[in-house]
Amino acid sequence: MAAPLTLLLIVAVTIRAVLFRSSLAELISARVEVVSPLNAWKRVVEGLALLDLGVSPYSGDVFHETPLMIYLFHFTVDYAEIVFIVSAYFVDCLSCFLKPLDRAKMAINSNYLKSDLLFNFPGCCELISWFITIIVCLCFCKFHFLCTCKYTDVRLCHQIADGITALALYLSIQTYNKDVFRKQKYALESDRYSADCLELLRSPKEMFYIPLKVAMFYLLNPFTILSCVAKSTCGLNNAIIALFIFCTLKGSALLSGILLALATYQSIYPLTLFAPALLFFLQRLYIPVNLRRSSFWFFTLQYAFMYVGSLVVITGLSFFLLGSWDFIPSVYGFIFSVPDLTPNIGLFWYFFAEMFEHFRLFFSCVFQINVFFYTIPLSIKLKEHPVFLIFMQIAIISIFKSYPTVGDVALYMAFLPAWSHLYRFLRNIFLVSCVLLACSALFPVLWHLWIYAGSANSNFYYAITLLFNFGQILLVADYFYAYLRREHHLTHGLYLKKKDGTEATLVLK
Amino acid sequence: MGLLSDPSRRKVLTGLLTRLNTPICIVCYLAGIVWFMGLAFEPFTLRTYMSENAMGSTMVEERFSSGERALSLAKEFDAHKRKAGGMPVEWLVKAMQSRGLEVFTQSFSRKLPFPDENKERYMVRGTNVYGILRAPRAPRTEALVITAPCSPGNTNNQAVALLLALAQYFRNQIYWAKDIIFLVNEHDLIGTQAWLEGYHHTNITGMEYSPLQGRAGSIQAALSLELSSDVITSLDLVLEGLNGQLPNLDLANLFYAFCQKLGVLCTIQGKLQRNDWDTAEGYTHAAQTMMLMVLKQACGRSWGDHGLFLRYHIEAASVRGINSFRHYKTDATTIGRLLEGMVRKLNNLLERLHQSYFFYLLPSLSRFVSIGYYMPAFGLLAVILLLRVSFPGLCHCFSVSLQPSSPGVLTVLTPVVISHLTGVALYLLPVHLQEMAVEHFPVSETEAVVLTAIAIYTAGLALPHNTQRLLSGEGTEQGWKVLKLTALLYLAVLLGCTALINFSLGFILAVTLVPITASITPHMPKALYALVMVLLSPAFTILYCVFIYQELIEAPVSVSEGWMLFLSVISQGILDHALYGSLVYPLLALFIYPCWLMFWNILFWN
Repeated sequence: MAAPLTLLLIVAVTIRAVLFRSSLAELISARVEVVSPLNAWKRVVEGLALLDLGVSPYSGDVFHETPLMIYLFHFTVDYAEIVFIVSAYFVDCLSCFLKPLDRAKMAINSNYLKSDLLFNFPGCCELISWFITIIVCLCFCKFHFLCTCKYTDVRLCHQIADGITALALYLSIQTYNKDVFRKQKYALESDRYSADCLELLRSPKEMFYIPLKVAMFYLLNPFTILSCVAKSTCGLNNAIIALFIFCTLKGSALLSGILLALATYQSIYPLTLFAPALLFFLQRLYIPVNLRRSSFWFFTLQYAFMYVGSLVVITGLSFFLLGSWDFIPSVYGFIFSVPDLTPNIGLFWYFFAEMFEHFRLFFSCVFQINVFFYTIPLSIKLKEHPVFLIFMQIAIISIFKSYPTVGDVALYMAFLPAWSHLYRFLRNIFLVSCVLLACSALFPVLWHLWIYAGSANSNFYYAITLLFNFGQILLVADYFYAYLRREHHLTHGLYLKKKDGTEATLVLK
Repeated sequence: MGLLSDPSRRKVLTGLLTRLNTPICIVCYLAGIVWFMGLAFEPFTLRTYMSENAMGSTMVEERFSSGERALSLAKEFDAHKRKAGGMPVEWLVKAMQSRGLEVFTQSFSRKLPFPDENKERYMVRGTNVYGILRAPRAPRTEALVITAPCSPGNTNNQAVALLLALAQYFRNQIYWAKDIIFLVNEHDLIGTQAWLEGYHHTNITGMEYSPLQGRAGSIQAALSLELSSDVITSLDLVLEGLNGQLPNLDLANLFYAFCQKLGVLCTIQGKLQRNDWDTAEGYTHAAQTMMLMVLKQACGRSWGDHGLFLRYHIEAASVRGINSFRHYKTDATTIGRLLEGMVRKLNNLLERLHQSYFFYLLPSLSRFVSIGYYMPAFGLLAVILLLRVSFPGLCHCFSVSLQPSSPGVLTVLTPVVISHLTGVALYLLPVHLQEMAVEHFPVSETEAVVLTAIAIYTAGLALPHNTQRLLSGEGTEQGWKVLKLTALLYLAVLLGCTALINFSLGFILAVTLVPITASITPHMPKALYALVMVLLSPAFTILYCVFIYQELIEAPVSVSEGWMLFLSVISQGILDHALYGSLVYPLLALFIYPCWLMFWNILFWN
C-alpha cells in the first residue's frame, strides 16, 4: 500500500508543481469559482503587507483571514526553512502520540486480531511521518530551486496542506473500514442480519483499495488541483478538517476537540461537526445516547469543554497576537452578513444583490440557518452512523456556506469511494455526474460571455450556479437514501415482498 | 422530483427510453433541423424594435449637406494616395488638423506567421491616423469611433473623404456629449487591431506598435464605413465579428430606422428584404439570408473592421456601400446624413447599449430570432447524444468504469490521449514545420502550411487505432462501450459550450457530427461506415460550407475552384488565429477533431 500512495503523492505534487510554473497559475488564481473573498491569496498578500507595515491587517476591507492564519503565513514567509523542519517533527510527534492509543486499542481488541490482520498496520504512523518527511525534503529541495520572489515558497505550504489532507483521509478511511468490518463481524456472529443479504456484506478484498481511492479522489481531483494552484487557503482549512476526522476516528477526544475548535475558528461552519464527533465517541465508548443517563451527560460535557476551551484559548491567542478584537467583525461578521457579492458557485450572491436592503437581516438569517438546521434531523436519523453523518455535514456545509469554492466541494467528493458499496442503490448518480461535469465546463464559458464578451448577463451564470448546487444536493440526497436503504435491507432482507407476495418497492418519504 | 424518486414511474420512463431509443433519436434530429429551418419563416420570428430609451424617443434632425465636397475630397485623397504609394499620412494629418481635430498617428508592424496569399502580405508595416473631436458638453469620459479603412488601389476613397467631411461638419456642432474619434487605419484589420491594443494598453497577439499619444474616454460604440463609389444603390450592414460575436441588436435597429427615415435601400448579407413571406420564394429568400448569417458567424472571423471592437465590449457594425445596376441611387449627402443621425443618437446614450439582444439571427433586417427561439434547435440535436449515453448498455458500463481499478478506464485512456496528441500536432506542426516543408517540397509557404495540416489530419485517421492495437491487443466489448460513453459525453459538453459562445458553429458541427457519432459501433460494415464518417468529419464540413456559401452568394464554383477556396479558407483560419486570436482553428484542432478521432477508434475497435 505504501508504494502506490507514495507514487500518488509524487504524481500529485508533480502536477501541481508544473501548473505552478506555467502561465495558467495566474489565470486560475483569478477565477471566482476557485477563490472566494475569504481565501484568495491576493488578499492574504495584502494582509501580510499591512502587517509588515505595522498596521492592523483588518483595517481595510480586503483581508478576511483569521489572525492565526496570517501569522502562520508571516512566519512561513520569513522562516520558511524552520517551518518545514518543525512541521516534519510536529508530524513525527503527532504519530508518536497516536501510537500508544493504537496499541491500547489493539490490546482491547486482541480477540479479533486475526480478522483484523489484513488491515492492521502497526507501523502506519511511522509510515505517515516517513511520507511527510519525504514531502518536506522534496519541497525543501524545490524551495532552493524555485525561490524567486518573497512569496514563492508559500506554494509549498499549499502543496503540503493537500498532501496532509490526503494522508489524513487515507488513514481515517483505513481506520473506518477496520471498524466497519469489525462491526459487521459482530453482527454476523449475533445473527442480526437477515439471511438473504449476504451479497450486501462487504469483503476485505473490495475494501482494500478504498483508502487509496479516497486519497486519489482528493489529490487528483481537478477541483483540488485548481484550488491548490490558486494558492487558496481553502486547502489549509480542508487539511484541518481532515486531521480532525483522522483524530476523531483514531479516538483521541482531546485532539479531536482541539482540531474541531481550530476548524470552527477558521470558518464557523464546521461547528456542525460537533454532533457527529460526539456521537462517534459515545458509540466508541459504548455510552448509549440517552438523555437520562449521567454517563452520557458526563462525556458530552467533557467533550464540549475540550472544544469550547480550545476555542476560547485559540481566540484569546489571536487577541493577544493582534492586540485587538478587529478580527471578529472582519472574519465572522463577514461570513455571516455576506457583504461581498462577488459571484461564486454558491447561492448567496445573486439573492443578496437583488434584494431590498431592509430585508437583508431576515434573509441572511434564513440562508445561514440552512447550514445548521439539517444537523438536528440528520443526527437523529444517523445517530448509529456518525462517519456517514460527518460526510453529510461536510457536503451540506460546502453547498450552503456563504462563500463556497470548488476546494470545499473536493473535500466531500473525496469520501465518495468510501461509499462505493452503496452504488447499487444509487438512483441518479449518472444524471448527477453529467450535470456536475457539464456545469464545471459551463462556468468559465458563461463567465466569459458575461464579463468579457458582455453578451450574456448574471442570470446565465446564476442559472449554472443553481444547476450545480441542484446537482450537489441531488448527489448528497441520493447517497443518504442509498445508505438508509442498505441498512434497511440488511435487517429486513434484500428481496422484500408485499403482503400479497409481489415484489415491494421502497419509497423515501 | 416525483418522476425521479418514484421507482415504478422511473421504470416506465427508462423502459420507454430504451425501447424507443432509435426512433426518438431520429425524430429529435429531424425536429432539430425542421425547427432550425422554421426559424426563417416570418410568423415564427419577432419584429425588431428599438429597446434603448435614449435612442428611441429622441428626435434628431439631420443637416449634413457637404456630400459634394466629400466627393471632391475623395479625388484629392486618391491623388495623394497614388503619389505616396500607400496611405498619405501627412496629407491626412494636415487635413484633419485643418478641420480642428486633435490628430495623432500610430505606427505598427507585424510579421505574419506565413505569407497571406489572398491579400499578398507578409511583413506588414503601416500607420494609423486618428483625430479626436473633443466633446464640448460633457466631461470627456466616453467616446464614439468612426473608422474608415484606407485600402490599397482606388477602393474606399469615398469613405475616407466622407469621414473628413463629417469631421468638419461635426466640429461646428455644439451638442456633442461624447468625444468622437475619426480613425483611418491602414492594412484593414491589422491596423484596427494595433490601434485597439494601443488604446486599451493590451498586447494579446504579439503585435509591435507605438503607444498612442492621445486618448479619449471609454469607447461606447463604433461604426466602420466602407464606400467605394460616388453614388450607391444600397447600404449593407455587416454584424458578424470575431468568434461569432454580434453587437447589440439595437445598433442594427438604429441603422434600419435611419434607412427607413431617409429612404435608403438597406440590405443584410447583401440581400434585400422581401414582403411576400407567404410564398415559397419569399421563404427561401429569408432562409438564404439566415443561412448566410449562420455560415459567416460560424467561421468565427471578423467580416469587417468592426469585428475586433466587439472583443473590447464596444458595440460596432460595418456599413458597406454597394453600387449595383439599379436605377434608384443614393448620393453621398444622404449617406452622410444617415451617419450623422446614427452618431447623434449614439451620442444621446446614457449607458452602454445593453437593452436589446446580443444573441440573435437575422432572416431580414426587420425580423429577428432570439436565443430562446433558436436554442431548442440545437437542444434537440444535443439531446440525442445524451439519449445515446443513457442507452442501458452504456449506462451499465458507467458502473463498471466507476471502479478505477477495472481495466475499462485504462483501455479508454490510451485512445483518448493519442487522439489529443494528434490534435496538438495538428495545432502546432503546420506553422512550425513550414520551413522544413518548403525546403523539401516545391511549394510556397502558405501551401506548405495548409498541406501539412491536411497531411496530419489524414495521418491521424491511420494512427490511433493502430497504436491502440499494438499497445493493448484486441479491444474488449466493454472497452469500446466505455470509450463511446466518454466520447459522447465529451462531445455533448463540447458542442454545448461551443453553441453558447457561437451558436452557428455549434449547430453546424452538431448537424454533421451527431448522426454518425450517435450510431457508431464496431459491429458495422467497416468500409461503408468509414466512408460515411470521413464524409461527415470536421474537414469535410468546412468543404461543404464553402460550397454552400458560394451557392448562397450566387457565385457557384466548380469542384476545383471549390478545392482552392477550401485551401485558402484553412490558411485564413490559421492566420486569423495567429493575428487576431480567433478561436475556431484551435477549437477544431484541439477538441473537435480529437473527439471525432475517438469515434473513429470505436469503429475500428477490434
